[in-house]
This record gives sequence, C-alpha cells and structure tokens, in this order.
Amino acid sequence: MSGLRLLQGRAGSNLRRERRTALLLILPSLAVVFGIILYPLLRTLWTSLFDVNSPFPGSYPFVGLGNYRRTLTNPDFWAAVRRTAYFTIVSTLLELGLGILLGLLMNVQFRGRWLLRSIMVLPWALPTIVNGTMWRWIFNPDYGALNALLTQMHILSHYRSWLGSPSLALNMVVLADVWKNTPLAAFLVLAGLQTIPKELFEAARVDGAGPIRTFFRITLPLLSSTILIILVVRTIEAFKVFDIIYVMTRGGPANGTQTVAYYAYLQAFSNPLFGYAAALAYMMALFILGIALVYIRLLRQEVEF
Amino acid sequence: MTTNGVGRSSPLTRRAFLKVSGAAAGVAALAACSNEESPSKGGAASGTINALFMQQAAYSTADIQGMTKAFQQANPGIKVTPTFVAYEALHDKIVAAAPAGTYDVVLMDVIWPAEFGSKHEVIDVTDRIPSGWKTTIFPGALQTAEYQARFYGVPWILDTKYFFYNKNMLKKADVAVPTTWDEVVTAAKTLKSKKVVQYPLVWSWSQAEAVICDYAQLLGAFGGKFLDDAGKPVFNTGGGLQALEFMKRTLDEGITNPSSTEALEEDVRKTISQGQAAMALNWTYMFALGNDPKESRVAGQIAVAHTPSGPAAAPGCNGSMALCIASGSKNPDAAWKYIEFLTSQKVQNQYAKLSLPIWKSSYDDPQVVKTLPEVVAVAKTQLNDMILRPQIPSYNSASQILQVSIQKALTGRASSKQALDDAASRIAAP
Repeated sequence: MSGLRLLQGRAGSNLRRERRTALLLILPSLAVVFGIILYPLLRTLWTSLFDVNSPFPGSYPFVGLGNYRRTLTNPDFWAAVRRTAYFTIVSTLLELGLGILLGLLMNVQFRGRWLLRSIMVLPWALPTIVNGTMWRWIFNPDYGALNALLTQMHILSHYRSWLGSPSLALNMVVLADVWKNTPLAAFLVLAGLQTIPKELFEAARVDGAGPIRTFFRITLPLLSSTILIILVVRTIEAFKVFDIIYVMTRGGPANGTQTVAYYAYLQAFSNPLFGYAAALAYMMALFILGIALVYIRLLRQEVEF
Repeated sequence: MTTNGVGRSSPLTRRAFLKVSGAAAGVAALAACSNEESPSKGGAASGTINALFMQQAAYSTADIQGMTKAFQQANPGIKVTPTFVAYEALHDKIVAAAPAGTYDVVLMDVIWPAEFGSKHEVIDVTDRIPSGWKTTIFPGALQTAEYQARFYGVPWILDTKYFFYNKNMLKKADVAVPTTWDEVVTAAKTLKSKKVVQYPLVWSWSQAEAVICDYAQLLGAFGGKFLDDAGKPVFNTGGGLQALEFMKRTLDEGITNPSSTEALEEDVRKTISQGQAAMALNWTYMFALGNDPKESRVAGQIAVAHTPSGPAAAPGCNGSMALCIASGSKNPDAAWKYIEFLTSQKVQNQYAKLSLPIWKSSYDDPQVVKTLPEVVAVAKTQLNDMILRPQIPSYNSASQILQVSIQKALTGRASSKQALDDAASRIAAP
C-alpha cells in the first residue's frame, strides 16, 4: 500500500518534472505568442471598452460596449464600409480576371517568355508605399504621365484632375492597386495551370473541342481551387487597405477614398480616440473573420481532380 | 499527457498569462509615472536628444541640419539627432511616439497646443520663458504655443499665407496687382480670356489641414468667425458661408485650377513655378523657391503682397509653429538648450530666407531685410494682421469634419450652405 503510494508519488513527481521541463521549453514561444499576438489583441479589446482619448496609460471612464454602439450608429463608419466593399470587390475581380489572362499567356510557349515572367514580378515586388507614390506622380494633374499620354494620343483634349473628385479618385486608387497585385494572381494561376495534366487538353482536342470550349470546360473548372485562394488572399488584403490610400489621397477628396482601416487610423492617431479606434479595429476583424469563414467552408467543399 | 493533465495545465497558463499581462500593465504604469514627472531643473545639460521636424515649407532640411551642427559645436556635451517627416504625418508621429518617449523636442503646429497641453503630451514651459519675450516676440507667434494662458513651447516658425502673383503674367494681360478678392476674380477672368494662362488661380484645397488654412483666410476676409464666444460653431453663417461660396464660384467660373481639390501647398508651389498659374496663397517659403532658377521656370517673376481684402478685413491665416519638449523626454534641460538656440534671434536672422524670425526687431535688421527685402516689407504689416483657427482640444476631428464638408461643396456634392450646416451641427454634437 505504502509502496504503491510511493510509486505513485514518484510517478507524480516525474510527471510534474516533465511538465515543468515542457513548460520551460515552450516558454519562449509562449512569450512571443503572448507578446505579439495575444497581448495586443486582449489589450485592444480592453481599450475598446474605455473612453481612451490620449496615448498615455492612465485611468479612463469605462463605457462598456459604448464604443461599439457608436461605431454601428455612425454614418461615417458605414460610408467607409461601403467604400471599402466597393474597393475590395472591384479590385479583387479585376485582379482575378487579368490574372487569369496573364497566367494563360505566361503558360504559352513563345520566345521571350522568360522576359515576360521576370517583368511581371516587378509590380508585385514594389513596396506599396513606392507604388502609391509612383501612381500619385503618374496621376498628377499638371505634369503627370497619364495626362501627357492621353493628350498626346488625342484621347483627351486637355489635362484633367484624376484624384480631385471623390468617385474618380477611388477608381484611380483601384487602378493603382490592380496594377500592383495582378501579378500575384497571375503567378498563382500559372502555378495552377501547370498542375493540370496535359492529357486532358489532348483528349479535348481529339474530341474536337475548340480553345474557348476547352478553357471553360477544362481549364476553368480545374483552376477553381486556385481561384478560390486568390479570392481569399485578395479580399482579405483589400479589405484592410491602408497604405496606398495614405500615400495617394489621404482619404480625400470629400472622404471619397476613406476606407475603414484609414478611418480607424485617423480616429486613433489624429483625433486621438484610441478607445473608439480599438472598437473599429475589432469590428473590422469581425468582418474579415466572417469573410474568412465563408471561404474556409467553400475551400473544404472543394473536390480534388 | 492525459486529458486530465491538459485540463489541469490550462488554468495554469491562464494564471501565467495574467501574471504576464499584470507585469506588462505594471511597466506601462511605471512609464506613465515617469512621463508625468516635472522636468528636473539645474544639472549639466548633456547627452543625446532626438528632435522631430517637418520636411515641408519653412526651414529646409539643410537649414535645420546647419543649425544643429552649429548648436553641437557650441555645446559639445549634447548630441542631437533630427528626424524629418511630412507635415501630414507630424501630429500622428508625435502622438504615437509620446508614450515611448522617443523624441525630446517636437515641432508643434499652432492648432495643437490645446490637445498637447490638455493631454500632457508636451511639457508646460511657462516658467522657463523670460517675461521680456512677451514684448520682443510677435504676439501672433507667441499665440502658437499658448493654451489657457500657459506656454507649451517656444514659437519658431512665424508664418502666414501671403498673396503671390506672377508679375509678367499680370503685365501681359495688362491688369493691376489686385488688392481685394473681387479684384482677384476680375484679374483672373481677364488673364483667362486673354489666354495668358488657362487657370489663373491655384489653391491647396486637398482634404488636409491645408484647405482649412485657405478657408480661414477667406473667412476672415469676409468677416466670419469659426466659433462664437460660447464655443458654438458659427462658420455656417455670414462670412464663413460667403468664403466657401466664393471658393466654389472661382471653380465654377473656370478661374481656379480644378486640380486644387487634390493639391497641398507644395503642389501650389510647383504649379506656380511651372508658370501654370498666375496667383496663389502660400507660405513665406514660396517666395525664395519660386524665384530660384533651380526650382522654378518663372524665377524672378514671382512677387509677394499682403493677402487681398474681403468686405471685412485682410487677415492672413496664422500658420506658425513652435518647438516643444515632449513629456517623455529624459533630458528636458538639453532639449530646452537646443530650443533656445534654434529660436534665438541670431540663428533666426541667419536663416531668414525660407522662414522669417519671431523677433520684432529682426524686421529692421539689415541682415534679414537684405535676405528678403520684398517679403519683409509685406510681413511687417501682415504679421500684425492674422486669424487663428479655433483653439480646442478636439481640433483635429473638428477640422476633418470641416475639410470633408468644404470638399463636398467644392466637388458639387452639396451646396455650400448644406455642407457647412452639416459640419456645424456635427462639430457641435459631442
């Protein structure tokens, strides 16, 4: 009896020691996870429950879900959500469409294909800040390249302002974003195309299917999982868009390009309403989580070929 | 491990987490304490200080580096590291860096003392300011650092928006230099109809503080006010409304460059320097750069004048800026020494080309007058005639609301009256 207890005790202490070692070993990674993911997440959640209006730590009035209520009842927030949705949908669809076309082109054997493939990487490799600055110069109303090009081709009779009116500015920012991110879609499509067995195309040709029919009956269905991945990556990225807006328009004119992320940034650092901005950040995270859940479900249903 | 073990270990990690977060909160609280410490006076001023400046208008990066070098030669114990950001990023950088105490000296715009002072982002330096300064510095400059009778910095850049025009263009169209806004419109129409320039006027009406500066100047000219004595917005009536209607009218009549709604001050300077506009409002620095052959195609043609008057007055928008000691500074004495040096009359007189001194007597100093004779002559009257934007702690959010409303009117999404009524009611609501 006593021997058994001793044995149990020894086993217990062994187990405890083992657990201690395990804990010690995972402590560094735990510290990292707590430090850079969980702590900021929880701290932001905590901040969002208070009326924090300065960057310093201190005691602020507790407002419960007040900041969230304020978010949901604020027309500025919903206007920013609508603009962000427009930006996300239009830019993602354009990037996908152009990406498929360019991916198909890059998959065809022709001289100078290596050149096309190398050039295609460039826009994607540019930092967004550089890309935004470059497009700001291209769109410059008085000495921008776009005005010069269009007037010299006699498409425009005189120089015009591209970022000076709200809806046009949003479309121009979409254009800059599409230019930068289409290569990502194109390369994913190219990778997807290379996994499709050649025999399928040969069989289609033997059966007398033309290139268009082959594309819609074979290529597109077999690319569906690639397309889904492009949609997931680009929607989530586009929904969080901030830097290109910051560089190109700072949300103007007349708030025409103010997205949710930019709106949250202004509230936090400019106004400085950190509590309200924290609630905004959580609302954004929830939106993105919702989109991600839909996509994950779709991805699971995806069948292999 | 058994499931039981997992179950037992999970509260442990939760407790561990609480400890970690508790420790983090403790560190944060300690940081807060040190932030609120009053500056220790006395002691040798030495060590390293970080200073945050803007890279836009006023003193150039090269000027500030030159001043800093001279300061370090005079104070071998102090090393200064200056950082430069765009004006549009300056406020947010100061706020974001405040809890960490990254900067010792920060450049504060005239619209921020209410916020920075009430939230203790910069140190109250009222006791460090010699009483004599109140008579030797321009009152418009001193206001830059003042909130509720306390000083939160030392004015450094004394600036307002002057009226710039292209002499050759006006001569070519045979129009006299306009002195009222009505005359500006008439002159612009003549310039346009004689095909001297397609868009005679260009403004900084981008969604930024820049549009508020132009609007403030016009609001003053038309006799308007931002807030009444009770602090209620009244810019949607009288002069404030007329100012916006005036702005919109110049766009509708085709005398203002439509790209103005996406332009900042630098864009205005470039358009003028390209010879693509004849008249504009801008800060002091445009005079030197607009007449610099390396920077301008119309060098020698840019002249400066007192801002045109409206029916009420001709005030310039007070665009001054002050140097402050950040509340997180660990070396406030060295920071103060650096500020004293940069704002000293000797240094300011030496670097007057892009930004005029804050000291009244500098304007009769031969060195300053010789640097910019045309500007100094105009500055002597204009600097005594300025309009301040509202001094309220929530200035930035009020300004954003007004920027958007003004742009809605300018881009034809709302009438001037609707837009300003909307802004006024939103600013009035807490």
